[in-house]
Amino acid sequence: MSSPKYQRPLSPFMMYRWQYTNTLSILHRATGCALSVGLLLFVYWLVAAASGAEAYASAQQVFAHPLTRIALVGFSFAFFYHLMNGVRHLVWDTGHGFEKKQARASGWIAFLGAIVLTAILWFLIARGGAA
Amino acid sequence: MSLRSPVGRVLGLGSAGEGVSHWWTQRVTSVALVLLGLWFVFSLVRMPDMSYAVVTAWVSSPVNAVLLSLLMGTMVYHSMLGVQVVVEDYVSHHGAKIVTILLLNFLHYVLAALGIFAVLRIAFGSVA
Repeated sequence: MSSPKYQRPLSPFMMYRWQYTNTLSILHRATGCALSVGLLLFVYWLVAAASGAEAYASAQQVFAHPLTRIALVGFSFAFFYHLMNGVRHLVWDTGHGFEKKQARASGWIAFLGAIVLTAILWFLIARGGAA
Repeated sequence: MSLRSPVGRVLGLGSAGEGVSHWWTQRVTSVALVLLGLWFVFSLVRMPDMSYAVVTAWVSSPVNAVLLSLLMGTMVYHSMLGVQVVVEDYVSHHGAKIVTILLLNFLHYVLAALGIFAVLRIAFGSVA
């Protein structure tokens, strides 16, 4: 920073030390953006199904590709994290859960919960043979 | 002395003229998406497979077609509001900001139209 002529307020990211809660916070935005991209894939799936059996078969090939599979695992994690952390935000909007201990506990619940739900989802998909 | 007019204070819409509607709609759609999103994931998991026959039969059911259309619309609207805030935060050039938001809004409306049309096409059995 150049020598300050005026005492201007600093943006939070310039003065706060790192805490995992701020990583969880930016992760909410990152997963939200990822899900917006995932929307393209979701619409592609629906449009393929609406375009007949042949179009759907070629879409299934796209979805069966390993890279798409990895992306889908990522999207499902993004979905569950954004959902759980979104509920956390809704609780905050009611004015509750702001104590440091509560906010940290709920952060862990959202993050670990998302990992667990993602694992359960893909276990069920693998078992059910859905592809 | 307040510089705000009495009418302005009563309407409570602030300088942007829209009050808290953006913030509030983001919350309303998020509550709807918790329910619709969980419904969709449960439905997906309960499908025996993701074959053409199974998926189109599932979409064809009236309840599923309606809920899927609602999911599509709510998801797109929530996403549109969300990316607008992201663009507002990171694009500092005013013109670029407006153009980016406009293009993203158009893209979202196209996605909603495509998705809902696809659902209805399957539901009404008009797939060739």
